[in-house]
Amino acid sequence: MSPIQLFPLLAALLLAPLLRSVINRTKAWIAGRRGPPWLQPYRDLRKLLGKGAVYSQTTTWLFRAGPVVGLATVLVAVTIVPMAGVAAPLHFSGDLVLFAYVLALGRLATILAALDVGSSFEAMGASREAAYSALVEPVLLLGLVSLGLVAGGYSLSLIYCGGLAVGWERSPEVVTLLAFVLFVVLLIENARMPIDDPTTHLELTMIHEVMVLDHGGPDLAFIEYAQALKLWLFIQLLVGIAISALAVTGWPGVVIWAIGTVAVGVVVGLVESAMARLRLVQIPQLIFGTGAVATMALLLQIV
Amino acid sequence: MGLAAPLLLCLTCPVAFGLCAVAAGRSRAWATGLGVAGTIVGATAGLTATVSVLARGRAVTWDAPWSVPSGHLALVLDPLAALFLAPTLLLAATAAVYGSGYLAGADDRRSLGPVWFFFNTLVTSMVWVVLAANAVLFLVAWEVMSLSSYFLVTHDHHQEEVQAAGRTYLIATHLGTLFLFIMFFLMGRAAGSMDFPAFPGVATAEPRLMGWIFLCAVVGFGTKAGFLPLHVWLPEAHPAAPSHVSALMSGVMIKTGIYGILRILTYLGAPAPWWGWLLVAVGLISGVIGVVLALAQQDLKRLLAYSSIENVGIIALAIGLGVLGVAYRVPALAALGFAGALLHVINHALFKGLLFLGAGAIVHATGTRLLDDLGGLLKRMPRTGALFAVGVVAISALPPLNGFLGELVIYLAIFKGMLALPFPADLPFLFAVPGLALIGGLALACFANGFGTVFLGTPRSERSDHGHDPDLRMVGPMALLAICCLAVGLLGWAVVPRLFTPAVALLTPWPPGEIQAPLALMAAQLRVVSLAGAALLGLIGLLAWFRRTLLGGREVTQHVTWGCGYAAPTPRMQYTSVSFAAPLVKVFHRVVRPRVSAIPPDGLFPDHAAFATQATDLFRQALWVPVLTMIVRATQPLRWIQHGSVRSYVLYIVATLVVLLTWGLEP
Repeated sequence: MSPIQLFPLLAALLLAPLLRSVINRTKAWIAGRRGPPWLQPYRDLRKLLGKGAVYSQTTTWLFRAGPVVGLATVLVAVTIVPMAGVAAPLHFSGDLVLFAYVLALGRLATILAALDVGSSFEAMGASREAAYSALVEPVLLLGLVSLGLVAGGYSLSLIYCGGLAVGWERSPEVVTLLAFVLFVVLLIENARMPIDDPTTHLELTMIHEVMVLDHGGPDLAFIEYAQALKLWLFIQLLVGIAISALAVTGWPGVVIWAIGTVAVGVVVGLVESAMARLRLVQIPQLIFGTGAVATMALLLQIV
Repeated sequence: MGLAAPLLLCLTCPVAFGLCAVAAGRSRAWATGLGVAGTIVGATAGLTATVSVLARGRAVTWDAPWSVPSGHLALVLDPLAALFLAPTLLLAATAAVYGSGYLAGADDRRSLGPVWFFFNTLVTSMVWVVLAANAVLFLVAWEVMSLSSYFLVTHDHHQEEVQAAGRTYLIATHLGTLFLFIMFFLMGRAAGSMDFPAFPGVATAEPRLMGWIFLCAVVGFGTKAGFLPLHVWLPEAHPAAPSHVSALMSGVMIKTGIYGILRILTYLGAPAPWWGWLLVAVGLISGVIGVVLALAQQDLKRLLAYSSIENVGIIALAIGLGVLGVAYRVPALAALGFAGALLHVINHALFKGLLFLGAGAIVHATGTRLLDDLGGLLKRMPRTGALFAVGVVAISALPPLNGFLGELVIYLAIFKGMLALPFPADLPFLFAVPGLALIGGLALACFANGFGTVFLGTPRSERSDHGHDPDLRMVGPMALLAICCLAVGLLGWAVVPRLFTPAVALLTPWPPGEIQAPLALMAAQLRVVSLAGAALLGLIGLLAWFRRTLLGGREVTQHVTWGCGYAAPTPRMQYTSVSFAAPLVKVFHRVVRPRVSAIPPDGLFPDHAAFATQATDLFRQALWVPVLTMIVRATQPLRWIQHGSVRSYVLYIVATLVVLLTWGLEP
């Protein structure tokens, strides 16, 4: 592996938690606060990794396996997503399906771990997570498959390393629509505003956070790190679209990619500052709306 | 050929041993021993022949004269039949071993001879169905299969609901068989023979007839397979049967319907595109509505039965893609579609068998199938729980298990169709991608609900508290199926293209070379997936070790679940399966139409409140009940013909005979 191939992978593994700081600092800046230090997510992870653990008496091995499987699936997903215009280590025609389904395995593990504590709070979050992710799965795949159609292939590496550059020239309007779709999917999949509130402390209003309420110590560190990586990956799906338009390769491409990644983080922070959380009944409507946009994009492409 | 002997052993041995089991009379141990031995000997012999046919890719034939008019004891074991026979025999053998433990624990003292006789007859008849190469023989075997499974479904005939389920099944399966009669009649009349090898000539002679034959096949075989809206018998019959029989029925018996459709397709010549679209539509509707209804169930075995409808839908979708590939002359689409269907047939047999056996272990230990009576079983039944979890991952089509491989192949077929077909032929593929993704997501929610409610948390009832793992006779078969799920997931890429090429070639008009190229490409893709799956397992192991090392020597304590400070939580306060499914049921309320009965709390100090909800089957309530009621009302005036007097029935028979004889006398 050449350095330029290795660099994005290392960057993902090392810098993913920093994205959380980008979002938090953006929100703090809008609210006129100073915000937490840049390295706070790393300090949190270190603190959690150094702790012991308390487990509910109700739980079984499944509760302990949840965070492990969750992190392992995201790590596999990291090897499928191309970053900085560099092909991913693992790629084949159809790997976008593997990307969606391997993350679904992590979700199943998290849901089952949440149900293992036998508390209604966790189960409520698990139920919502299962419901909304079941509805958003078709939208994600529709978005990625449409991107594949525009780019002329169904491998993420093919789409983001050259395919979309052609796609931008041929049908820029379709690619723009799909970028919007993937942005909404990013917000839903990563439990951000306006779908879920990652900062609230009221269990009844949360989806993702409430599922992991009973985890602590290294388990929680695994979960937090996996979440950071997942957010990073979905941001890459967006940044990849943008840098395909510029068609810059090599190290200058890496610089533009880094700027793009931070920029999407800032946008997520801006959305979070500007919007209130949707009522739960409105979330399916948002998902269906996004699905309609994705369908429209696909129709534009195949007609 | 050296294969005739094992094949004949497989075709006769189980039922012969079944007869001996009946003769064993009241000795439950002898009946069980004979029954299991018959199935295992037959299955082993059959699997030898199957493996040899699959390895060589050539068919084995055997025939003998038969005194029945137009009948002919013609049997053909070709690669397509072998691909259906292999899971049938594997699941039959595992289910038989499991059944020996399952039935031994039943508290009634009835003789087990009849159960084993019908079980072995069911196994044998399925083999005959798959091998038959003559329409009369096929229909006889089909009927024996339906009847033997009917008697197994009504094993617990002292329960009113089991009787009702049996009646529904008997009527539905015979209505389906009626369409098969019509289909074979049309085909046989045009071909001038009831032997399958005579059929292909009809397609060139009378191409217009083919559409009707295809429709009859979809209705007739679709009833057995459980296509919507012909599925109504399935969620009644499968839960009523003993669990090892449910496994066999759901895992392989309904697949004989799929086999029938594929077999008939090989005789129909060039398909019209609408055949493919019909199957794709039926598949997507069955898939989505099947899994939505599964999600709303509160009975574990009903949930699994509805999920079978979903999986049969996925298979129909894949067959539809294959038919479209043939119709539009895109070999890669045809190869991937049919290969995806066949792979999913095998996969579903493995994981649905596993899940039904797991459900049986739960029923065996707790005596209840109701999700909301269960809970906390993972601590009480650790082995069953772990194996059931494997089944859950497999059926939710998640890597690294076999379910994902099957669905990935179907996705690849869809992708191929999208790129290869011109507008507007590719338009319906638009529905296939989100449809399949939605089915996957809903299946995940459904099985997270099922597994979570049954195995996690704390027991919701006294009965669930008494859960315990069954003995090796029941755990062993489940473990074997779980291992098969993992093996196909990790190693399937190495064998699938070789085993499938001859069978897929039978379904397409092209030489095997045309099929081989796309399947070899598919194998390369599956290899990467299996690699990723192995990497995933490795990472899980590595992270688990890392976590252990971190926690080693640190303080790890146990405490009660955080309940927001509430001091007296009870197991009844846990989330129920109904609550878990509620957000999705609300979204799909037009399909599920939950029937809610509630007594709201009243006054300042309410002393009583109740809430119950029950999912109804839209098609049963809104389609079949009105239609059948109408038929019953319309035929009311004919009631006087049937009044229970045997003498007049004899008269009817004599009259019919006289009429037929006079008719036959005419030159």
